[in-house]
Amino acid sequence: MSVNPELLDTVFEPTEPYRVGREKVREFALAVGATAPLHHDVDAAKEAGYQDVVAPPTFPIVIQEKTLQQLLAHPGAGIDFSRVVHGDQRFQYARPLVAGDDVVATLRVTKIQSLGGHTMVTSQSSIAATSGEPVVVATSTLVIRGDEG
Amino acid sequence: MASLWEGNEVGDVVTEAIFEVSRDSLVRYAGASGDFNPIHYRDDIAQSVGLEGVLAHGMLTMGLAVSPVTEWLGTKGFVADYQVRFTKPVYVPATGSVTVSVSALLAQVDEPSEGLATLALSVSTEDGTKVLGKAFVVVSPR
Repeated sequence: MSVNPELLDTVFEPTEPYRVGREKVREFALAVGATAPLHHDVDAAKEAGYQDVVAPPTFPIVIQEKTLQQLLAHPGAGIDFSRVVHGDQRFQYARPLVAGDDVVATLRVTKIQSLGGHTMVTSQSSIAATSGEPVVVATSTLVIRGDEG
Repeated sequence: MASLWEGNEVGDVVTEAIFEVSRDSLVRYAGASGDFNPIHYRDDIAQSVGLEGVLAHGMLTMGLAVSPVTEWLGTKGFVADYQVRFTKPVYVPATGSVTVSVSALLAQVDEPSEGLATLALSVSTEDGTKVLGKAFVVVSPR
């Protein structure tokens, strides 16, 4: 099985709205050793001008993951999940993500590249408020190891 | 208004941290993130796909590595761009822990506007293995 080159530029359906929860932000922050008060203390966040606690920079992976599942499950994609390794990851923010945000994520496949028997699939998941305001773009490169890898 | 990097010059290490990553850390991260891939908690499954054993979620390492940066940044600004390449696995022993060290160096500043600053992260395990490559954080004033 190999990656279908026609995946390039495929845009998937936006995900169901995701509510960024205050306790989820705190739980995630604890798990990644993020001790800054902005991630935990509502008063500190409000004093700094945010509506609620601020999600740590990598929190959007939780939302992006839902779009990556769409990609991996796509019957025409030809991606063998057991051979997938995470190669690169990036988050580009228009503004911080905060508790109380309702967001949807839309994935587009932006690059497919073969290198040394492996295939690299890059996708961008645009995460926007349900109002349409862009918040963060999460970009992943997945490496699909070849048969000989 | 003071710049984000006040008191530091390009080339300075602005913040550092050391994390002890144990199997407990992986369980906690799995629950918090929803990533329940068994290679992060079962040695037999990790070994069946050619790994030495259980390894940390790459996204856990990426998350840990930026935590000292948000602590350092406080309320002065926010992380506008954060990227890494996963270069080596972080193997986590069944008992005890592996030490992951993070160092953030001020790599570039936007002088005229005192706006954005770029930090280069160096992230390695106790044996000196660099586990993230091309790890950069751009911080922005609010």
